[in-house]
Amino acid sequence: MALSFECQHDYPTGFELRAQFTAPGGVTALVGPSGSGKTTILSILAGLLRPRQGLIRLGDRILCDTQRDVHVKPEQRGIGMVFQDLCLFPHLSVRQNLQYGTRWCDPARLNFDRAQFDRVVQMLQIDELLDRQPHTLSGGQRQRVALGRALLRGPQLLLLDEPLSALDQPLQDRIVTYLERVLAEYPLPTLLVTHRLSQVRRLASQVLCLQGGQIMPATADAEPLHPDSD
Amino acid sequence: MFTAAELDAIWLSLLVATVAVVASLPLGIGLGWLLARRHFRGKSLLETLLHLPLVLPPVVTGYLLLVLFGRHGWLGEPLERWLGIRLVFDWKGAALAAAVAAFPLMVRSIRLAFSGVDPRLVQAARTLGASRWNAFRTVTLPLASHGIVAGAVLAFARSLGEFGATIMIAGNIPGVTQTIPLLVYTQLETPGGLKHARGIVVVSIVLAAGALAVGEYLERRGRARLGTIHD
Repeated sequence: MALSFECQHDYPTGFELRAQFTAPGGVTALVGPSGSGKTTILSILAGLLRPRQGLIRLGDRILCDTQRDVHVKPEQRGIGMVFQDLCLFPHLSVRQNLQYGTRWCDPARLNFDRAQFDRVVQMLQIDELLDRQPHTLSGGQRQRVALGRALLRGPQLLLLDEPLSALDQPLQDRIVTYLERVLAEYPLPTLLVTHRLSQVRRLASQVLCLQGGQIMPATADAEPLHPDSD
Repeated sequence: MFTAAELDAIWLSLLVATVAVVASLPLGIGLGWLLARRHFRGKSLLETLLHLPLVLPPVVTGYLLLVLFGRHGWLGEPLERWLGIRLVFDWKGAALAAAVAAFPLMVRSIRLAFSGVDPRLVQAARTLGASRWNAFRTVTLPLASHGIVAGAVLAFARSLGEFGATIMIAGNIPGVTQTIPLLVYTQLETPGGLKHARGIVVVSIVLAAGALAVGEYLERRGRARLGTIHD
C-alpha cells in the first residue's frame, strides 16, 4: 500500500515544513538532524497535527485534504505509531497496554485478535512480562511492548519515531533484529524516523533525507550530510 | 457521651460536606481539565472568579449567595417555584455554601493533576483507536485520579469547617442547619461554653485530620501504583 504525502506547515517560531514524498511500501527511513521536522511529519501522518496545507493518501484512502477540509481523526486512520518515548500507559499492565487498541475494535474481530495477541507476544518475546507494570521494564523491553501494542491494533501503516535513540549499542542491534522479524511477518509499509541512518540501514528499502523542513535529494550515503547532533 | 444537639451537628456536618463534594466534583473535574488543557479568551477572568471564595470574607460570599439563591434571589425564586427546592434556612443551603467555599481548593488540586498527565499519552491512545472521550476516560482520568481524590478530600475537610457563608444563607437552626462550627459558636456564647465546647471541638479536629490522612494515603497509594514513588 503506497503512501503519498505532500504538506506544508509552519510554527510560530518561524520553522517551516514543506515536504513531499511517496513511500511505495517496505521500510522508508526518514533521516535528518534534530529539528529538521521528522516528528512533525509523523504527527501530521498520524492525524495528531493538522497541516496548514496538504494532501495525504494511503492506498486509495485520503487521510487529509486541506482543500476539501478532509481530516480523518487519528483513531480512524489505521496508522500504528511507536512514539520516541514509547508512551506506554503507566497505570496499565503490559497485557492491558498490548490490548488497549483492540478494546475499540469490532467485537467480531475478537477471535482474530486473540490469535494475533499470542503470535505477537511470542515473536517479541514479551510473554514473561505480561503482568508487569511498565515502570518495572528495561528500555529494550519497553520498546518491544510499544511495538507490540502498535502492531496489535492491526495498522495499515507503521510509524516508528527514533526507535533506537534511547538504547545502547548491543540493545540497538537486538531491537533491529526484532524489527526485521516483525516486518518479515507483517509486511507493513513503515516509515522509520532516525537521525542516524547507520542504525537502521539494513532495514530500509528507501531513504529520504530531511533538512530544514524539506526533503533533499537522497545521496548514496545519506549519513555524512547529517552529522549526529546528539 | 455526646448530647443530641452534638450528634445532630456531627451528622449534619458529614451530610453537608459529602453532598457539597459529590455535587461539585463533576464541575470541578470539567473546569480543572479546561484550565489545565485549553487556552481560551477569558481564562484569566474565569480563574479569578473561581479563586474568589478563597480570599473573599466568608460573610461576603454568604451575602452574594443570598442575593443569588435567596427566596427572592435571581436563581432562588425560580428554583423554589419550578423545582420546589429551597436553600435558605435549609441544610441544602449549607451544602451550597460549603461547596462554594471549598470549590477553589478542589479545582486547584484537580487542575494540577491534569497538568501532570503527559499529553502524548492521550495522543498514543488516539492512534490506538480511542476517541477523544475514550482517551479521556481510560487514560487522562485514571492518571489524574490521585489528584482528583486529593482535591475531593481537601474540599471535604474545608466543607466541614465552613462557617461564615453557611450562617448567612442557612442560619443556625439546631437539628436543621447547625453544623459543628455553628454548634461550637453557639456553645461558646453560653456561660461555661469553653468547657462545653471541648467535646465537639475534639470531634471537629479528628474529622478534619482523619479526612486529610485518608486523602494523603489514597494519593500516595495511587502514585506508588504508577511508579512515580516507591514505598
